[in-house]
Amino acid sequence: MTEPLVFYLLAFLVIASALAVVTVRNIFHCALFLIFCLFSIAGIYVMLFAEFVAVVQVLLYVGAVAILMIFAIMLTSRLAGHDVQMSNEQVFIGGFLSLIMVYGLVWSLSNTFFRISDEAPAVNTPLAIGKSLMTDFVLPFELVSVILLAAMIGAIVIARREGN
Amino acid sequence: MQLMHYLSLAAILFSIGFFGVVTRRNAIAILMSLELMFNAVNINLIAFNRYVTPGDLLGQIFAIFVIVIAAAEAVVGLSIVILIYRHWRGIDVDRINLMKW
Amino acid sequence: MLESSFIIPFLPLLSFVLIVFFTHNREKLSSGLSIFMMTVAWVYSIIVVIQVIAHSGGHAFVLERAFDIVNLKNFRLELGILVDPLTAIMLVVVNTVSLMVHIYSLGYMHGDRLFSRFFAYLSLFTFAMLGLVMANNFFLIFIFWELVGLTSYLLIGFWYEKKSASDAGKKAFITTKVGDLGFLLGLMMMGFYLGTFNYHEVFAAIEAGQISGGVLTAMAIFVFCGAVGKSAQFPLHVWLPDAMEGPTPVSALIHAATMVAAGVFLVARSMTVFLATVDGAMTVAWIGLITSFFAATIALVQVDIKRVLAFSTLSQLGYMIMALGLGGYTAGTFHLMTHAFFKALLFLGAGSVIHAVHTNDINEMGGLSAKMKITSTTFIIASLSIAGIFPLSGFWSKDEIIASAHNHPFFMVVALLVAFMTAFYMFRLCFKTFFGQPQDQEKFDHAHESPRSMTWPLIFLAVLSVVAGWVGIPWLKYGYASFVYHGHPHNAEPNIILMIVSTIVAVSGIILAYLMYYKKSISAEAMGARFKPIYTLLYNKYYVDEFYDMALIKPVHATARFLWRFDAGVIDGLVNLYGKVTIWLADVKYWIDANIVDGIVNGLGLICGAASQAFRYIQSGRLAHYLFVVLFGLIVIGLLATSNLLNWALRQVNLL
Repeated sequence: MTEPLVFYLLAFLVIASALAVVTVRNIFHCALFLIFCLFSIAGIYVMLFAEFVAVVQVLLYVGAVAILMIFAIMLTSRLAGHDVQMSNEQVFIGGFLSLIMVYGLVWSLSNTFFRISDEAPAVNTPLAIGKSLMTDFVLPFELVSVILLAAMIGAIVIARREGN
Repeated sequence: MQLMHYLSLAAILFSIGFFGVVTRRNAIAILMSLELMFNAVNINLIAFNRYVTPGDLLGQIFAIFVIVIAAAEAVVGLSIVILIYRHWRGIDVDRINLMKW
Repeated sequence: MLESSFIIPFLPLLSFVLIVFFTHNREKLSSGLSIFMMTVAWVYSIIVVIQVIAHSGGHAFVLERAFDIVNLKNFRLELGILVDPLTAIMLVVVNTVSLMVHIYSLGYMHGDRLFSRFFAYLSLFTFAMLGLVMANNFFLIFIFWELVGLTSYLLIGFWYEKKSASDAGKKAFITTKVGDLGFLLGLMMMGFYLGTFNYHEVFAAIEAGQISGGVLTAMAIFVFCGAVGKSAQFPLHVWLPDAMEGPTPVSALIHAATMVAAGVFLVARSMTVFLATVDGAMTVAWIGLITSFFAATIALVQVDIKRVLAFSTLSQLGYMIMALGLGGYTAGTFHLMTHAFFKALLFLGAGSVIHAVHTNDINEMGGLSAKMKITSTTFIIASLSIAGIFPLSGFWSKDEIIASAHNHPFFMVVALLVAFMTAFYMFRLCFKTFFGQPQDQEKFDHAHESPRSMTWPLIFLAVLSVVAGWVGIPWLKYGYASFVYHGHPHNAEPNIILMIVSTIVAVSGIILAYLMYYKKSISAEAMGARFKPIYTLLYNKYYVDEFYDMALIKPVHATARFLWRFDAGVIDGLVNLYGKVTIWLADVKYWIDANIVDGIVNGLGLICGAASQAFRYIQSGRLAHYLFVVLFGLIVIGLLATSNLLNWALRQVNLL
């Protein structure tokens, strides 16, 4: 009984903060709203019995990515300066298109048959995830580490100052 | 709750993200909208995991990978933005049209 | 000895090969070799004659040895020899005259640049002639026939640097070739109808009646065509006077004694054929008669010593052919033998005279008997013989010929007339050359008797001119007539009346010549002026050469020129036109390729350029636009894939 309530609350938070991310003029405020949105999504994950993923989301997304974005904002814009124009001339067509996209997605999803299972969700998820990562998915695991390495090196190379 | 709700939520979030990508002028804002789209995908994956194959944790693992990749991508993207800022003294993507005809 | 008589022709052939390949630089060796071989051949031929006479008995002796080279069901070709009395006589005649000419040439051709070549050619000719008389079938005789023609061409045009000589050689070859064509047609008929060329088989087939009537007459006349060409009968006589361009020994050997006798020999060999067809035989006789009369009239007015002798040869050959045509096998061949000796002597003597005074024109000679005793004496002996004065050889053979015409009075009268003319023109020649006043003093002073190599053959032949005819004296029991005959042996019947008549005719001819050219009591010039048209006609040889030139030579030349022009103009023009058209087409293709094909290709490029000029404005350079388009496309695809929209649309256009 409380489940729908929690869901709708979290959903409302997610959508509202998302809308704020895409419409607010001040870029720093966008970042803050993004953090809020990410937290809400973590809550959704918990509702879906994916606690580990929720924690990972908070740690990585909020703790790393969002902070990184704030750093970048700090480095690239003048907080106290005048705000640049927020959106380009494609606003209306873009909005229209996204509305169509929503409608289309929902319609096609609702016409699709998903075989919903009756099983109970798994309980000991971190252990199970860890086990899977090390046995079934060891290859993607390693590849992802390589990607991270490449991203790190790439970022250093791209952003270094001349003459270093 | 039913699967459909979560899927709808993901769809709406995706569209919002799309709107942001297409509309915003600030490069970092575009990246943030992109993050929204990634999160919508993750919600889809977790929801499917919960309702279609609860015993199997494939969806969650997939979502973890997506998060990691998104993080890597954000890193690289932001470094590019910083580089652009150094050169152009601004990150208005509308002004970055070197590849114009 | 008789069995191996086939080597007789190969002796001069051997000398020809040796001279050509080995000794042509050493003149004495060449001539010595040649004469040696001829002597051996001559001795051998005498032995053959003696053997043939010894084996004769009461019937004609025949030896035939042959081997086949082609032997199909109804066609046979063979190589072989046939030795019978006629062959034996011919062997002796050919070898004797050839040997005399060889010896004579030692002196006559002395110092000539092409001395060795002359002897080589003489040897080759002798080989061909000997092979001709020894052949046992028509095919083989035709081979030697052609070879004789070839050597005649080589020898007539011996001094080839002189244009008249090379022209004469060509004329001889081509004119005799016309006759040979007829001969070849006759041979083809023989091969087709009878399947064999062997003399005996052919004659047996004809006597058995295998072919007869028109076919037989045609075949006979075709074969006779060869004789007409080779023996220079009318109308193929035109080459013989011009053949005098060759050296005089050549004239003596070929055109007096041997090659021209080949035609007579052929007719004699084919006597069976001609006796079997009356039309053929009469054709032969008429042509012989016409030729003898025609040539004798021309000889009356010629001023070139060799020309007179040439026409005399024509006339005598006509005699022989006529005799054969009238069935006088014995007469014709007898006269062939005697004529060979005295005509060769006459030519060699004429050569001696020419050698002395360096001119052929009898109007520039005169009184030469004082300076050239041997030549003049032998020449006069030969002239008496040819005129038919008792008891020289010519008397006996001429009488035989006239006697053979006893069934045809017209022929007999004309033959006697020809005998009169013969005596006349021969002595005209003698008187003008050897007697009277010298017409050209300078030439007279230079004249001298010829060397021994030239006079010795003259003497030998003079002796033969006297005695060779004695084998045919009618009162002999085993005379010529019992040796060489056709059908059955017979002894010639003495015809006293004929003898007296012919003597009167001959003597009157001599007297007329004496009166006109020695005593000058009848003026030749006055007669010439009175009968000017006839004189001109005779002097120009009845304009036969001019007629041929107009009727045959010029049309052929014109045709050749036309064809050449056609080939160069039309055919080459077509080829050139084809080339020009090809070039023009190439230009057109180039234009098409450069303008149209390249135009299309360039046009595509230009279209691309123009289109891209139009489309470039899509590239705004703005990320937002690009993203928008990408995502828009993505949405559209997604919608299409997940909805039934695509199916519905395709169903509308009836594609599903």
